[in-house]
Amino acid sequence: MNGNVASVEEEKCILCGMCLDSCPYEAISAEKKKCKITEPGDYSGVWVFAEQQAGKVHPVSFELLGKGRELADKRNSQLTAVLLGYKLDNHHKELIAHGADRVIFCDNVQLQKLHDEYYFNTMDQILQKETPEIFLYGATAFGRSLAPRIAASLQTGLTADCTQLEIDESSGCLYQTRPAFGGNLMATIVCPEHRPQMATVRPGVMKALEADYERTGRCEEVEYMDNRRKSTEIIDEIIEETAETISDASIIVSAGRGIGSQKNMTLVKRLADLLGGQVGVSRPLVDTGWSEYRHQIGQTGAAVAPKLLITCGVSGAIQHLAGISGAKTIIAINNDPEAPIFSIANYKVVGDCVEVLKKLIAEIENKQN
Amino acid sequence: MRVVVCIKQVPSTNRVQLHPETNTIIRDGRQSVTNPFDTYAIEEAVRIKEKTEGEAIAISMGIPETERLLRDAESRGVDRAILLSDKNFAGADTLATSYTLSLGIRDLMPVDLVLCGKMAVDGDTAQIGPELAEQLGIPHITDVSEIYSVNESEIVCKKETDNGYQVLKIKLPALLTVVKDINMPRMPSIRGVLESQQAPFEKKGSQDLAADPEKIGLTGSPTQVVKTFIPDRSNEAIQISGDIDEQVTEIANIIDGVLNDGRSEN
Ligand SMILES: Cc1cc2nc3c(=O)[nH]c(=O)nc-3n(C[C@H](O)[C@H](O)[C@H](O)COP(=O)(O)OP(=O)(O)OC[C@H]3O[C@@H](n4cnc5c(N)ncnc54)[C@H](O)[C@@H]3O)c2cc1C
Ligand SMILES: Nc1ncnc2c1ncn2[C@@H]1O[C@H](COP(=O)(O)O)[C@@H](O)[C@H]1O
Repeated sequence: MNGNVASVEEEKCILCGMCLDSCPYEAISAEKKKCKITEPGDYSGVWVFAEQQAGKVHPVSFELLGKGRELADKRNSQLTAVLLGYKLDNHHKELIAHGADRVIFCDNVQLQKLHDEYYFNTMDQILQKETPEIFLYGATAFGRSLAPRIAASLQTGLTADCTQLEIDESSGCLYQTRPAFGGNLMATIVCPEHRPQMATVRPGVMKALEADYERTGRCEEVEYMDNRRKSTEIIDEIIEETAETISDASIIVSAGRGIGSQKNMTLVKRLADLLGGQVGVSRPLVDTGWSEYRHQIGQTGAAVAPKLLITCGVSGAIQHLAGISGAKTIIAINNDPEAPIFSIANYKVVGDCVEVLKKLIAEIENKQN
Repeated sequence: MRVVVCIKQVPSTNRVQLHPETNTIIRDGRQSVTNPFDTYAIEEAVRIKEKTEGEAIAISMGIPETERLLRDAESRGVDRAILLSDKNFAGADTLATSYTLSLGIRDLMPVDLVLCGKMAVDGDTAQIGPELAEQLGIPHITDVSEIYSVNESEIVCKKETDNGYQVLKIKLPALLTVVKDINMPRMPSIRGVLESQQAPFEKKGSQDLAADPEKIGLTGSPTQVVKTFIPDRSNEAIQISGDIDEQVTEIANIIDGVLNDGRSEN
């Protein structure tokens, strides 16, 4: 990054088509030409980035494969999982069991930790040779850092946090739907002239297929190349033993702004404890500090899929609903009979959630004694 | 050290109402604000500038009204502000936006550090940071919650991950996106507010940036919105009626039913 960027780098780059890092300007415009579809047939196959952390494939990878399988079948094309990491063991098999036809993998100690630069460099190298039509990533913290970097390098589009993906069988156009405009709307987004069509999806939104270990698939190893400039170094990494997260909880009592005060959060916690469940909240409660981010449900929080969800004073904004579509039974308590939460709830309780909570706690305490 | 901070104007409220007949969005008249995450990026830029006796520059791509927010950043200690504004920038998706910002930042070279917010609360993509870094050809780290040390050549910082954190060292120039925990933004001083009215402010259009018309605005955006719709809300919930005591008894029964059902399945 020095003053005289354009001219110096342009010169450099004409000679070295490969080095995106040192000469982004020219490399990017070169890439752009490549990515504009001249012949759509050049781009084929559905790809899933199979994120793994600490020796385990992230569940979102299987969920994406479930969706990817459907898309690939409709397009009559292959489903590929890209797996990067170190000591990958049986991960390949698992990915194939969950729907992949092919696993492209790179197994190297440099990829042991989720390192943005090493992963990007390896992906970039793979994508020099391969031209998928669709590429899906989990909207994990890492996926949200890697995917946009790849999108910019390929000069293609990327749609964040999709809740629905559908494909036009003949054209291959991917219809990517996500909540938009702060609440009441869904938007469907397409990427007509660039490939791959890329999207991120939050954990818990798509459904994984039942694992079938009889399925077969191909594994292709990619050699790790270490010739790129490296600017970041992980000095230390702390992986916290996470207590049960709300994503896995089977019972959740959730609170929204209608809970009224931070004090009333103890009621929510009490009911959750009585039922052996967890507390969830809407975003405003995190913003005001009544609760912590790890409890947040929704598009920017966790997607949950409990068998029982009791919502207290949650209006049901679309970003919130995006996180609870997997819940089996929803009992919604809200004093506004028109609240959108009732549109997705199984049981509708119109009333003051604080009063209902107090009495419900008493009732259950009685029963349990 | 020269630090550039990217700020975005967002609506001050999430409550966007739909017009019941025309189905168009009614934006309420309330003023726009600086994207909350960017206020932390501004503060961090100013702190680093103070520590290294350098310079902090705020940049935004937006409508002319964004000047107000850039001046606000100046009142909080930013030295210069650049507004990239042109009707040809309109309709940009994240790729076109990051391209445009990269041109604005290239004009300011040499730049040591670029700071962005973790995400903008309106669209919530969190894509601009990494895309901009790629367009600039510099490394990036997302979700930075603490900067341990800064010098001319490198930064050591803490990055939040899904299940913990990493401590990273990154060579400059680089781009970081910051989360709330990184600092407590200061309030503007009265002197700062007065001075910001006179502070250096530049507005640049696509010509000034020599932008490739194929890469900006709607034309330069690979993604397009083809449809917006109101989600189907036809579901009929079973209403639990009666007075509150009756309701509570009924709820307790439903809970019992759901929980016992689970037990018999297992
Ligand atoms: C890009 C973006 C991403 C977002 N991501 C998320 C996200 O991940 N998760 C999320 O939750 N939100 C998210 N939001 C915010 C979302 O749009 C809503 O603003 C938020 O979900 C509303 O929270 P709420 O239901 O608690 O509050 P409100 O909408 O204020 O609703 C409060 C409800 O409580 C009811 N009420 C009031 N008093 C009582 C009472 N005494 N008893 C019973 N009911 C009562 C009211 O009738 C009302 O329905 C996001 C917004 C944007 C723009
Ligand atoms: N139009 C813009 N002008 C300047 N900075 C922006 C703009 N859009 C996004 N950013 C920066 O990128 C970050 C992430 O935004 P987003 O990718 O839209 O969620 C924001 O916090 C800003 O720092």
